[in-house]
Amino acid sequence: MGKTLSEKIWADHVVRSAAGEPDLLYIDLHLIHEVTSPQAFDGLRLAGRKVRRPDLTIATEDHNTPTLNIDQPIADPVSKLQIDTLRNNAKEFGIRIHSLGDIDQGIVHVVGPQLGITQPGMTIVCGDSHTSTHGAFGALAFGIGTSQVEHVLATQTLPQSKPKTMAINVEGTLKHGVTSKDIILAIIAQIGTGGGQGYVIEYRGSAIRALSMESRMTVCNMSIEAGARAGLIAPDEKTFEYLKNKPHAPAGADWEAAVEYWKTLQSDADAQFDHEITLKAEDISPFITWGTNPGQGAPLDGSVPNPADIADLEDRSAAERAIEYMGLKAGTPFREIKIDTVFLGSCTNGRIEDLRSAAEILKGQKIAPKTRMLVVPGSARVRLAAEAEGLDKVFLDFGAEWRQAGCSMCLGMNPDQLAVGERSASTSNRNFEGRQGKGGRTHLVSPLVAAATAIRGTLSSPADL
Amino acid sequence: MDKFVSHTGTVLPLRRTNVDTDQIIPAVYLKRVTKSGFEDGLFSAWRNDPEFVMNKAEHKGATILVAGADFGTGSSREHAVWALQNYGFKAVLSSRFADIFRGNSQKAGLLTVLIPQEKIESIWAAVEENPSLQVTVDLDGRSVRYGDEVIPFEIDDYTRWRLMEGLDDIGLTLNNIADVDAFEAKRPSFKPKTLPAR
Repeated sequence: MGKTLSEKIWADHVVRSAAGEPDLLYIDLHLIHEVTSPQAFDGLRLAGRKVRRPDLTIATEDHNTPTLNIDQPIADPVSKLQIDTLRNNAKEFGIRIHSLGDIDQGIVHVVGPQLGITQPGMTIVCGDSHTSTHGAFGALAFGIGTSQVEHVLATQTLPQSKPKTMAINVEGTLKHGVTSKDIILAIIAQIGTGGGQGYVIEYRGSAIRALSMESRMTVCNMSIEAGARAGLIAPDEKTFEYLKNKPHAPAGADWEAAVEYWKTLQSDADAQFDHEITLKAEDISPFITWGTNPGQGAPLDGSVPNPADIADLEDRSAAERAIEYMGLKAGTPFREIKIDTVFLGSCTNGRIEDLRSAAEILKGQKIAPKTRMLVVPGSARVRLAAEAEGLDKVFLDFGAEWRQAGCSMCLGMNPDQLAVGERSASTSNRNFEGRQGKGGRTHLVSPLVAAATAIRGTLSSPADL
Repeated sequence: MDKFVSHTGTVLPLRRTNVDTDQIIPAVYLKRVTKSGFEDGLFSAWRNDPEFVMNKAEHKGATILVAGADFGTGSSREHAVWALQNYGFKAVLSSRFADIFRGNSQKAGLLTVLIPQEKIESIWAAVEENPSLQVTVDLDGRSVRYGDEVIPFEIDDYTRWRLMEGLDDIGLTLNNIADVDAFEAKRPSFKPKTLPAR
């Protein structure tokens, strides 16, 4: 029997396999940021251990960093201490770091691909659940906790039990105005936040193949919101084209050898997945979330559900709680929901393609009264590329704020937060209670829906303009 | 890591599904650079409500958390595990855990016990009737016990052994470091390196 893509990558990285033990996997790339690493470095110091492979490790500052006045010292002393701790640890252990103000600084999952350091067939980990983003290149990439960060720093390996495999096929052609964000939100609404638990998902089918690399990253990024260990997409000519001439892409003979290997990274025709589901691309329309977990989503054409209509008792009580927290009423059409803040950014939708697609909608328009919009590029290089194309002017003329790169309002660890009761349409990945600020209410949307919403002030798609 | 063999204590019944790690410990608490002191942030938004189950006097001192399905979803922050441990929890029971949370717990020595939803419901009912009910989570015997009830649970031998012995996972890997050396010797040259920076 053949192997699936994730099984091939797994097999290529097993350092040690023993009966009754998890496999010991080699890790090709370890990405680090300020929030989940300090205790890991402390652990190394306490045990007198070193970083085994600084040359397979890279750090950036993203979660805590301000998006305004980055030439000033960080105002929050606790954030500053955490950033300083990362800088000191990088120096002490000889790790490359891209600090605030550096041209290669940005959200860790935007930085890896733009440096070309994310490549097919790799194992990639980071103390951040959205590491699954890198799966778009046909890499096995997953989020880990701080103890595991320490394990990888010390050994460049991780003991891991083998995940199950799931194929999600999206076949057909997406309708106009429907994006990869809508695909993944629709998938999560269908399989639930626990639907992918224990699995690595491989996204397949003609609609996935048709996506750009950046759109594929959006899909893989939110695999974790479906509960999956990782999500990936087999590499193809688009992948190779994207990587070619990136700073850390292989060169010369290495490029040829790499591409030859990368071309083998496909699930075999006779490979068996443990679970398989298929969606028709034509059935997917602009999607939003109405609740407080990413599975509580629906097409924008709908209305706030009535919990009484939900058969499963646990789902019903979760929906009741969510609707109360969100300050919504059952039956309200989604398009009538007023939005205070629109957030365009994050590792889900903070890449240049996302900014371009939103700018195209906003061009020549004015922001709705009483609505604010934050545009936060995923990295310093994304910001520069956008400015070179004049996108910053489009956003500023529209009435949006143009900020420096970072995680920003996706999780509100820096000053970019929602106030109590404030409602956002956000291109990020999590609508949990208080995620974007204590008492804040989040609707997850695509960049196109975010842009249309900023124009109209209520949840909208470009078709409503 | 402390050894976990068996633990007996009272239960905090948390009748909620999809308890994500942002609820367990909100992001504003993640700025600390230590592993201690996170108990203040545990469920901090929910604890503002005096009616929240954790604020009830009869559940003070509970050491076993029994929660709804999909516990620990979302962010990979191990701070969620530390917050539960700092507060005094030794074990969490649910019918479904998020993978990363479960992995983090097993690394840090917080026992996560997977049992069917109907068993979770019976524990909730029993504890709501008698909040001082003593419940035993027995890793050695792979069972949860209270009154006449015995609920078996599964856990793989390796994780069980490591938790019962309180073993350092990194140390175990370093015992086999020759395997890592051998693997590295065969890695293809086209694999990228972060240094020197390009």
